[in-house]
Amino acid sequence: MKKALQNIYSYIDSRFKLSSLILFAKKKKVPEHRYSFWYYFGGICLFLFVIQVLTGILLLLYYTPSVDSAHESIQYIMSQVKFGWLMRSVHSWSANILIAAIFIHMFSSFFLKAYRSPRELTWITGFFLLLIFLLFGFSGYLLPWNELSFFATRVATDLAGTLPLIGSQIKSFILGGTEVSGATISRFFWLHIAILPLLTIIVLGIHVLLVQILGMSTPIGLGKKKVSEVPFFPNFILKDSLGWMLILALIGVLCVFFPWEVGQKADPFAPTPLGIKPEWYFTFMFTTLKIIPAHIFTLEGEILAIFGFMIGGFFWMLVPLLDRNAAKERKSPVFSTIGWIVFLYIVVMTALTYLLPGL
Amino acid sequence: MILAIFISHHALFAQRNSCIECHQELEDELLAPVETFQLDIHQQFGLSCVDCHGGNASEEDMDLAKDESFKGIPKRSQIPDFCASCHSDSSYMRHYNPSLRVDQLAIYWTSEHGQLFKKKDTRVAVCTDCHGTHGIQAATHPKSWTFPWNIPQTCSRCHSDKEYMKGYKIPTNQWEEYKESVHAHALFEKKDLSAPVCNDCHGNHGASPPEVTSIAYVCHQCHPSAGELFSQSPHKKAYDEMGISECEACHGNHKILPPSDEMLGTGERAVCIQCHEPDSEPYQIASRIKEKLDEFIEKIRHAENLLERADRQGVEVSEPKFRLTEANTALIFVRNLTHSFSLVEIEEKIEEGEKIVVEVTEAGENALREARFRKTGLIIATLFIFLLAIALFLKIKQIDRKTST
Amino acid sequence: MKRRNFINYFLGGSLVGTIIAFLYPIISFILPTKQTEAVIKKITAAKLGELAPNMSKIFKFGTSPGILINTPDGELRAFSAICTHLTCTIIYESDTGTILCPCHNGRFDLSGNVVSGPPPAPLESYNVEISGDDIIVSKKA
Repeated sequence: MKKALQNIYSYIDSRFKLSSLILFAKKKKVPEHRYSFWYYFGGICLFLFVIQVLTGILLLLYYTPSVDSAHESIQYIMSQVKFGWLMRSVHSWSANILIAAIFIHMFSSFFLKAYRSPRELTWITGFFLLLIFLLFGFSGYLLPWNELSFFATRVATDLAGTLPLIGSQIKSFILGGTEVSGATISRFFWLHIAILPLLTIIVLGIHVLLVQILGMSTPIGLGKKKVSEVPFFPNFILKDSLGWMLILALIGVLCVFFPWEVGQKADPFAPTPLGIKPEWYFTFMFTTLKIIPAHIFTLEGEILAIFGFMIGGFFWMLVPLLDRNAAKERKSPVFSTIGWIVFLYIVVMTALTYLLPGL
Repeated sequence: MILAIFISHHALFAQRNSCIECHQELEDELLAPVETFQLDIHQQFGLSCVDCHGGNASEEDMDLAKDESFKGIPKRSQIPDFCASCHSDSSYMRHYNPSLRVDQLAIYWTSEHGQLFKKKDTRVAVCTDCHGTHGIQAATHPKSWTFPWNIPQTCSRCHSDKEYMKGYKIPTNQWEEYKESVHAHALFEKKDLSAPVCNDCHGNHGASPPEVTSIAYVCHQCHPSAGELFSQSPHKKAYDEMGISECEACHGNHKILPPSDEMLGTGERAVCIQCHEPDSEPYQIASRIKEKLDEFIEKIRHAENLLERADRQGVEVSEPKFRLTEANTALIFVRNLTHSFSLVEIEEKIEEGEKIVVEVTEAGENALREARFRKTGLIIATLFIFLLAIALFLKIKQIDRKTST
Repeated sequence: MKRRNFINYFLGGSLVGTIIAFLYPIISFILPTKQTEAVIKKITAAKLGELAPNMSKIFKFGTSPGILINTPDGELRAFSAICTHLTCTIIYESDTGTILCPCHNGRFDLSGNVVSGPPPAPLESYNVEISGDDIIVSKKA
């Protein structure tokens, strides 16, 4: 038995050169220090992404992207397909946890200045991954075609329509017409299961490859004494898997006790329900747009805010190039402060959305 | 310009109506007819002031306009004949609305109102009290006083006025009572225009309370099956002999509440115990019927509850739910069947329904078992995940120890 | 048994257990369900020739009953079989050629309109098409 297994292994090894890969993984060291905890969030994101792919593929088997049957097919999955309720709940829950994990991963990398040379591209590809996953969330939210998602999509795309010059073109491009309709479902579905996954594989491939080549960064100013090293394989990977199992158990519990709701089927002719909100990870932008004055000098407040977010995002992406101090392994309190301001801004605005819904 | 003057002058001349010209300049009640007449159905058919009031509208001078044909304001005592001069003339009415009846006056004389009117009581309702004067609209117009959902108010203007109704020795609480009825609920909440209002039971031009013996016939207009069952029941003969009205005895008249199962049996709110003495045979039957019905309802609720719980837990139960609608049909049928007061018939029908309920209950229990199976499965899966987590933890400790040594 | 071996077996065993616990729901999910279509907008209510003229059939339309009627003239019509009064299941009365609700004798004509009795609204009518041997009933859009 043991011999047979060894034979199989050596057969595969001699063709795929597995031992060199394992050797690489064993040789690869991961720094260990008091901030090591935050390293695990990258792996958690990756793991959740794999769950998304698997459950997404399974859901494809029964989901139909059309106005007539999108909502019905979700209901069918939830009530009649064996374990359908589980698959869909896992997909929805882990999507939300994934976005949260991405934000944590991003801010921890930011505060530990992990973006500094030579890891600028890791940061930039990470930024693109954030955008991609926000789009995943946005497009996936509409697919069940329920009341909330329908109107949230309508509000969001109306906003895009207010942009000067190209607004209406952008809106009709996103919607595939002038209204949220069957064409929009087709588009969002196409985006959700073809375009975005393709982009993800490319960008995520580069991101992970860079991490493997460059290794993990050590925070600035940690003396040699405070940093030890552990092998990537098996030590680090085992700890990673332990984290994954805990997340998995959490998702399981959430799905059993709070299965994701199907909601009311969207009725395009119904009046917009009160208190319509986008998904929680967009609420900080949503609330900003709500509380910004209608006019600032001669400019329209909303448009100013949208441009603000665009420019802010652009600079956020370019942080590794702007932060000259960190690039020279010096502390950069200015950027830490900016990071805290951005972090607090997002937290406060998100909290405001839920604490003061009448704002 | 010249043309414009010509046309406007011509138009003014052709449509000269000195009544309106003068009254427009007046105030309050002398102005009101001009304003309200704009919406009047008679105006829409091209009739004008002089068609009812007489006089000569082409004369500018007031004295000349009010010539010998001028009738002025008709007295209350003249109103029925005043309206009927056209409305009872079939050859005249045919020009405007051939399908409109022309016997309103004749019927009016048979009504309670008409009878009293003949006895020189002019306080009773005449045409204008229900139809208005200068703002008269067709009964099909939702703003008309005689449109279904306005009728109760129209009648209650007099009939709920205690002061006004003094001396007639009839109650004034009909509107208050009607408001709580199942019929008022259908009309005002559900906006169901087919729900009965005052005139559907009392008549309109011939308004008069139905006699005790004829109340049932009025109800049967819309509730034929209950009536049929009752007529075949032993109660029919007894009621007739005792001179009790059929439906009204249990359901009331103006305040007909949605019927409840509490009306059956021998409980506090049961109607049967009004006549039947305890320990008499009918009393026993009443109690048995209620028992049977309660049991059946309890079984349906139980099955429903099972399905509801299974549904909430994500188990597919549309098939048994579909079956359960048949049981509910049986229940509604049985509730109506109580008007036959036949224990045998009721038991038979309930038995039919119970067979379905048993099936559904079984399906519901199966569905709940399935739900439990799923939960157990999840617990097992989570258990394995935790075991794996523990194993990983131990392995990490082991490797850590090895590296440190 | 050595501690090292025990941990390895423990790890392998729980890994296999976890994988099985995951594969089971996935495989059940993939296996076809009893009801093959997600959306019930259309249903084969009967086979052609199953209904003689002046006959009717109650069929299951989603979670509620529908009625298919072959009129005395041989025309097929379909309605929701739920009475608009108190949701009893209605039946076709062949000797009068009308639809009857047995609970309170509500009566509808063959266009679904109320003829007499307590029902406040007409029956919802469905489209009927014939496709090959099947009589297909669908909801009106």
